[in-house]
Amino acid sequence: MSYLEYTVKTVPTGPRKILYVNWPLALLLTAVACIGFLMLYSVAGGSYTPWSAAQMKRFAFGFVLMMAVAMVPIWFWRNISVVAYAGSLALLVAVELFGSVGMGAQRWIDLGVMRLQPSELMKITLVMLLAAYYDWLPLGRTSRPVWVIVPVILIMVPVYLVLKQPDLGTAILLIAAGGIMMFLAGVHWAYFAAVATAGIGLVTAVFKSRGTDWQLLADYQFRRIDTFLDPSSDPLGAGYHITQSKIALGSGGWTGRGFMQGTQSRLNFLPEKHTDFIFTTLAEEFGFVGAISLLGLYALIVVFCISSALANRDRFSSLLTFGIAATFFLFFAVNMSMVMGLAPVVGVPLPLVSYGGSAMLILLLGFGMVQSAHVHRPR
Amino acid sequence: MRRPGRETILSHKRISRRGLILGAGQAGFLGLLGWRMRHLQVEEADQFRLLADENRIKIRLIPPARGEIFDRNGLVVAANVPSYRIMMEREEAGDVEEVIARLSQLVELDPDELERAREEMRRSSLHPVTIADRVSWEALSRVAVNAPALPGVRPEVGLSRRYPMRDEYAHLVGYVGPVSDYDLEKIDAPDQLLLIPRFQIGKVGLEKQREDMLRGKAGTKRVEQNAAGRVMRELSRREGEPGKDIQITTDSALQSYINARLSGESAAAVVIDCETGDILASVSTPGFDPNLFVQGISVADYRALLDNKYRPLPNKAVQGVYPPGSTFKMVTALAAMEDGQAQPDDTVYCPGHLEVSGRRFHCWRRAGHGNVDLQQSLRESCDVYFYEMALRTGIEKITSMANRLGLGVQHDLPMTSVAKGLMPTKDWKRNTRGQEWVIGDSVNSAIGQGFTLASPLQLAIMTARIATGRAVQPRLIKSIDGVETPTGRGESLGLNENNLRQIRRAMFEVSNNRRGTAYRSRIIHDAFRMAGKTGTSQVRNITAAERASGVVNNRDLPWERRDHALFVNFAPFDSPKIAVSVVVEHGSGGSTTAAPIARDITLQALFGEDPPLEAYPSKDRPRIRAQQKKLREDQLSRAETEGDRA
Repeated sequence: MSYLEYTVKTVPTGPRKILYVNWPLALLLTAVACIGFLMLYSVAGGSYTPWSAAQMKRFAFGFVLMMAVAMVPIWFWRNISVVAYAGSLALLVAVELFGSVGMGAQRWIDLGVMRLQPSELMKITLVMLLAAYYDWLPLGRTSRPVWVIVPVILIMVPVYLVLKQPDLGTAILLIAAGGIMMFLAGVHWAYFAAVATAGIGLVTAVFKSRGTDWQLLADYQFRRIDTFLDPSSDPLGAGYHITQSKIALGSGGWTGRGFMQGTQSRLNFLPEKHTDFIFTTLAEEFGFVGAISLLGLYALIVVFCISSALANRDRFSSLLTFGIAATFFLFFAVNMSMVMGLAPVVGVPLPLVSYGGSAMLILLLGFGMVQSAHVHRPR
Repeated sequence: MRRPGRETILSHKRISRRGLILGAGQAGFLGLLGWRMRHLQVEEADQFRLLADENRIKIRLIPPARGEIFDRNGLVVAANVPSYRIMMEREEAGDVEEVIARLSQLVELDPDELERAREEMRRSSLHPVTIADRVSWEALSRVAVNAPALPGVRPEVGLSRRYPMRDEYAHLVGYVGPVSDYDLEKIDAPDQLLLIPRFQIGKVGLEKQREDMLRGKAGTKRVEQNAAGRVMRELSRREGEPGKDIQITTDSALQSYINARLSGESAAAVVIDCETGDILASVSTPGFDPNLFVQGISVADYRALLDNKYRPLPNKAVQGVYPPGSTFKMVTALAAMEDGQAQPDDTVYCPGHLEVSGRRFHCWRRAGHGNVDLQQSLRESCDVYFYEMALRTGIEKITSMANRLGLGVQHDLPMTSVAKGLMPTKDWKRNTRGQEWVIGDSVNSAIGQGFTLASPLQLAIMTARIATGRAVQPRLIKSIDGVETPTGRGESLGLNENNLRQIRRAMFEVSNNRRGTAYRSRIIHDAFRMAGKTGTSQVRNITAAERASGVVNNRDLPWERRDHALFVNFAPFDSPKIAVSVVVEHGSGGSTTAAPIARDITLQALFGEDPPLEAYPSKDRPRIRAQQKKLREDQLSRAETEGDRA
C-alpha cells in the first residue's frame, strides 16, 4: 500500500510528463533496435524486405506504445496486474485449445492483424503480478511458508501450460524470472538454498541411476539429454547448428568480415539466421568489437533500469523495474550463451534484434511500465 | 513530500540490497559472456576462419580431355565426343517425384537408371545425381527450354569416348569404360579423377596400356558453395593438362580391308613394315563394337560376346598362340645351317615317314618325297627332312634360333596380354612337366608341332627378321603428341647371309614354283613377287586307326577339330617391304585357306588400294573381281551405319 505514502501532487501531470521520461533508456532501446534493422537488412542479402522494413514498422509502433504506457500512472498498472495475469493465463489455455501449430509447437493465436504469443505476454504479466503481490504482502510475511507457496503456484501454472506447448525456453525464462522476483522481494535465502540442493540432488540421482537397476529414465531419454547438453556429440544433427554458429562467431575475429560479407550467413550455413541466431551474423560481420558493443548496450540498458529502480522508493515500481530488467537480461544472456555454445539450444530470441513481432511489442510494453514507474516515482 | 513510513524504508532497503546482489550476479555473467566472446573471436579466430573457409570453399576437379588416337595417316581411331546428361539435385527440386514426372514427358527415362538415381538422392540431398545419361542433343535442348518448370534439373555437357571404326580397332586400341570399384582396388594411390563417378579409364588394349599418358592431369577450380552444396561462384581455377595424343603405326584402310577379308572366320593377321617394324595392321576376327563398353556394357551384350564360339573378345593376333606348324621349318633349317649340320645341296631321303627310337613319325605325304634338298623340302614342306635336321642339330640350338627370330620371347608392345608363346628346351620340360626330354619331342618341334606355340605377331616378326636379317622390333606407337618414337629397325642378327638367302629363295619357290605349296596363291606382278611359307598345324592327334583308314578330310570334321591354317610371307621378294602372317583357326589347310588371304592382304598393302586384277593368276581373276566388289560394298554399308549412329 505504498502509494498512500506519498502525495500524488508531486508527480508530474499532463504533457509535462514527457520531460520526465527516462530518455537515455529510450535512446538505448532505439539504438539496439537499429542494430537489429541493420542485421536484418544484411541477412536478407542487402534488402529491406522481407524482414528489416517490417521490423522497423513494428518498432515504431512499439515505441509509441511504450510512450503511451509510460504516460499512464504506474498505480493503474499495479491495479490491473491480476486481471492481466488472468487474461494471459486464459490466452495460454486458449492456445492449448485453438492455437495454430508453428514449428512443431502450439504457440500462437491468430488474431487476424497479428499473431499473439500468450507465452510472451505471460513473461511480463507474471512479473507484474509478482510485483503487485509483494507490494500488497506485509513485509513480515514474505518468508512465511504459506506466502511463499502462493507465488510458486502463480509461477508454476503458466510454466506448466507453456511446457505443454512445448516451449522449454519460455518455461525456463518464466521460472527464472519468477524466482528472481521472489529473491528481490526478500524471500529467505534458505528457500533458494533448499530448492538448489533439491535440484542438484535430483539431477545427480538421475545421472547416477544411469546403467544401474534403478535407472530413472529410459535409455533414449538419456541420449536426448546427452545431445541436448553436448551437441558436438552429434555434429550432423543437433550439433550442426551450434557448430556452424561457433564457426561464424569465431571467424569474425577482432573486427569482423565486414558488413554483408559474412560467408556463414550469406551461404546459409547458419540456421534461423534472422531470428534466434542473428547474433552470430553480427559477430561474424562486425567481429569482437561489434559483439562486445552490443553486449555493452544491453548492459547499459540493465544498468539504467537498476539505477531507476534503486532511486524509486515505491515497492511495486522498483520490483517491477528490477523484474523487467532481469527478464530482459535473461533474454539476451540465454540467447548469447546458446549461440556461443555455453548453453543448450532453447528457442530464445535476442531481444529487440531478432525478427519477431509479439516479442518486441511485449518487451516494449514492459519498458513502457518501467518508464511509467520512472515518471510517476515518488519525489 | 511526506515522510515515508518505516515499512517502506525497510522494504526499499531490502529490495535495493537484493537488487544490487542480483546486479552483481548479472555483471558476473556479462563478464563470462565477454570472456567467451574473446575466446571464440580473438584466441581461436584463425581456426574458426579456416573452418568457415572449409565450409564454403570446395575444390572441384576439372576432368582433362583424354588424348585422342590417330592412325599413321591422321585418321581418328579414338575420339572424344560431347556427351549430354541430365543431372538433378533433390534439395533444389523440392517435390522430386513431380519433377521426374514432368521430365519423363520430355526425355525417355530408363526405369533402372531412375531407380538408381532415386536411391542416390535419398542418400544425399546435396550432390547432383545423374538421372539420364547419353541423351540426344534434342532431348537436352528440350530440357533446357523447360528449365523453369524443372527446378533442380540441370543439363550437363561432358566428353565421352567414341570409336568411329568400331570393331576394326576393338582389339588393338581396346576401349575405355567407367571406373569400377574393382579397378580402384588394384591402384594404390588413385588419382583424384578416378573418384569421379563413372569417370572413363582404359580397360583393355592401348587405352589401358597407355592410360598414364592418355588420361592427362586434372585441373582444379575453387568454388564457393552454399550450405545446400550449390555453387555460388568460382574463386580461382588452375587448368589441368590434356592427355597426350597418340599416333599409331597402323594404316586404317589396310586394317579395314583385312577385317572385311577375314570376316566370317575366327582368324588373325598381322602386317609389319620390314624397314621400321611398324605394325601396319593387326586384326583379330570376329571383332566387337568397343563403343558398347564405353558407358558400361549390358549383361545381355556381354553374355553374347562370351558365348560366341569364335571368341570375339581376346586379341588373337597377339594373345592367341598356335602351334606354328610348317611355318616353323625356316627356323629349323636356319638352325641346322648355322650349326653346319646342313648344306644347301645335302639331300635326305623321304620314304613318307621316319623311324625314331621305335616310333614312326609320318610325313604329310604318305608316299614320301624321295630325295629332297633344302629348297625342295621347304617348297614342298617335306616333314622328314626337318625331322632329320632336328636329330642332327638338337632342340637347344633350334630353340635358340627361334628366340633370335622373335619366337618364344615377349615383345614389348602396348597391348593387352602380349603372349610369350613357347619354344621348349630340355630344362623347361624338366621344370614344368617333371619329365625328361625325349628325342620324339625334338622331332615334333622341328615341324612346329609338339610343345611349340607362337602368336601371329611373333610369326610376322620372324618373317620380317628372315627377310631382312635384322632384329626387327615391332612398333605400335608412331608418335606421341607429334614427337616421333624410335623405329624398330633393329641391328643385324649376325646370321650367315648365304644361309638366309637360301631360306628366302626357298620361300620364293613356295609361292612361285609350280610345285610350291602356295603356288596357286602367287602374285603375278613382277615388282611385287612374294615369298612365303604355308603351315597346317594339328590340334588333335591322328590315331593309328585313322591313319589305317586313310586320313580323314578336314572338311568332314567338326569345326573345333579341324587343323589351324597358317601362312607367313614377305614381299616384294627383291626388296622386302612388308611381312605378313595369317592364322585361320580351324581353317583346315595353310595353302588352301591362309595363303590366298595373305596374298590378298599383301597386294592390298603394297598397292595401298585395290590391286589391279593383273597381279592375280588369270584363273583367279573372276573370283577376285567378285570378292573385291563384295568387300567394297560391305565396307560402304558399314561406313553408312556408322554415319547413322554418329
